[in-house]
Amino acid sequence: MDLSHIFNSKKFFSIAICAVLFSILSFSSFSQEQVSSDTTHASVADAHDAKPEKDEDISKIILHHIADSHEWHFFGHVALPLPVILWTDKGLVSFLSNKFGHNDKGTELLDANGTQLVYYHGKYYYPESVKSADGTYIAHNNKGEIMNMKPLDISITKNVVSLLISVTILLVVFIGIANTYKKREGKAPKGLQSILEPIIIFVRDDIAKPQLGHKYRGFMPYLLTVFFFVWLNNLMGLIPFFPGGANLTGNIAVTMMLALCTFILTTVNGNKNYWGHVFTPHVPWWLYPLMIPVEIIGLFTKPIALMIRLFANITAGHILILSLISLIFILKSVLVAGIAVPFVLFISVIELVVGFIQAFIFTILSALFIGMAIEEKHAEH
Amino acid sequence: MTLLALNPLVSPDPGLFIWSTVAFLILFFLLSKFAWKPIVKALDERERSIEDALSKAEMAKAEMAKLISENEDLLKEARLERDNILKEAKEIKDQIINDAKDQAKTEGTKLIEKAKDEITNQKLAAMAEIKNQVSSLSLAIAEKVLRKQLEDQDKQQALVNDLLKEVKLN
Repeated sequence: MDLSHIFNSKKFFSIAICAVLFSILSFSSFSQEQVSSDTTHASVADAHDAKPEKDEDISKIILHHIADSHEWHFFGHVALPLPVILWTDKGLVSFLSNKFGHNDKGTELLDANGTQLVYYHGKYYYPESVKSADGTYIAHNNKGEIMNMKPLDISITKNVVSLLISVTILLVVFIGIANTYKKREGKAPKGLQSILEPIIIFVRDDIAKPQLGHKYRGFMPYLLTVFFFVWLNNLMGLIPFFPGGANLTGNIAVTMMLALCTFILTTVNGNKNYWGHVFTPHVPWWLYPLMIPVEIIGLFTKPIALMIRLFANITAGHILILSLISLIFILKSVLVAGIAVPFVLFISVIELVVGFIQAFIFTILSALFIGMAIEEKHAEH
Repeated sequence: MTLLALNPLVSPDPGLFIWSTVAFLILFFLLSKFAWKPIVKALDERERSIEDALSKAEMAKAEMAKLISENEDLLKEARLERDNILKEAKEIKDQIINDAKDQAKTEGTKLIEKAKDEITNQKLAAMAEIKNQVSSLSLAIAEKVLRKQLEDQDKQQALVNDLLKEVKLN
């Protein structure tokens, strides 16, 4: 029987390649388990030898990557030091983050203009007066929480730099196209203007108008700013190197700020009808003790949901990509890259879409909440 | 441990919160003043002008259609008029011809009648002439005959006799 057509088919070959790859992978990871953690491991984490901690190290690295940082790491030992600004109990203290080296284990006392500080896991603390058992100036309680006091850290961190870059880009781009609009009044859009105009119209016609009705005009600046701010930062977060890579919209402080803006706008613009809905809901009077607290909680859950949704979506995407990349280090074989990299590419493309969708969702929900606050009586049911 | 390690992720960092608030508010105010306001205005204006242009085009189209239909009506009317005029002209022509024919006929008849009368008159005149001629001729003949006959006595006698006989017989 002639089987050549089977062997010639592309499908067969791709399956065969995958099978061979998997067998090599399992073999190599098996063989490397014999060797105690070596160079690979060391590059993954500043490490302990013990086996069970390997997974934890990976998760630590991933969390380190998506967290904020006092320096912008490029590659190897090359990093851009960023200014540290601390509001201590002795006043404002500022220095470049590389002034005291890169020791973040909390074992050294730093003397910044007379203020004693200790740098532990990327954060500055006031040191304990005596070293604890593990050689650090950090005290933990029995739950593992850090007991040290912290100065108010208003440093220009990686996220802040990224924030300033994105703000600059937004200002340059949109003030630029605004000038184009003035120059080419009444003419067809051109260049960057024609790329961004459909998106501006999309925000106006598909987000603002349906949710806010005829009063949409006053809220257009806020919605457009939020949309482009979130979208640009989502996209910049996907770029793995400078000037991207800072996980800004995946940082809960930023999403909290944005959600707070929406909350303030909603509360300030809330009309009689809106507050009436909260304090005199359309239910029998004896349900008031139940409904009024529910409605009041509802006021706060809406922005909190906004905050968590954006944060969780973007952070999850970053964790997913980093985890897929980390597979190469967990399985300790460069061959895993053959699978991990296409997957990362695939997820990255999805993240591009997610970046847009999350910006859209944040904006449309903001518009919806504001729309609920300014809704007129007749629309009530 | 993992949950604890996640902790810094979900605890908002006050420094970043402050910076992002400041940066976002500045961005918001600058963009709303220098970007969104002119952009939204320009978009609205352009949309309005496009709408205007479209409605004007629509109106022009309607106007054109109206003009065309009017023209057609005019053309139709003109055609009808032409046909009517032609028809009328034909009728008039026919009438004129008929009239002329009739007139010619009557005229002809009249002429014939006149000619006939004339002929009759001429005939009568001729007859009267002939009668006169005949009578004078007869008188002349009778005179000559009588003269000849009355030259002889006997013949006179015989004639008287004859005449007498005729009277008796009557």
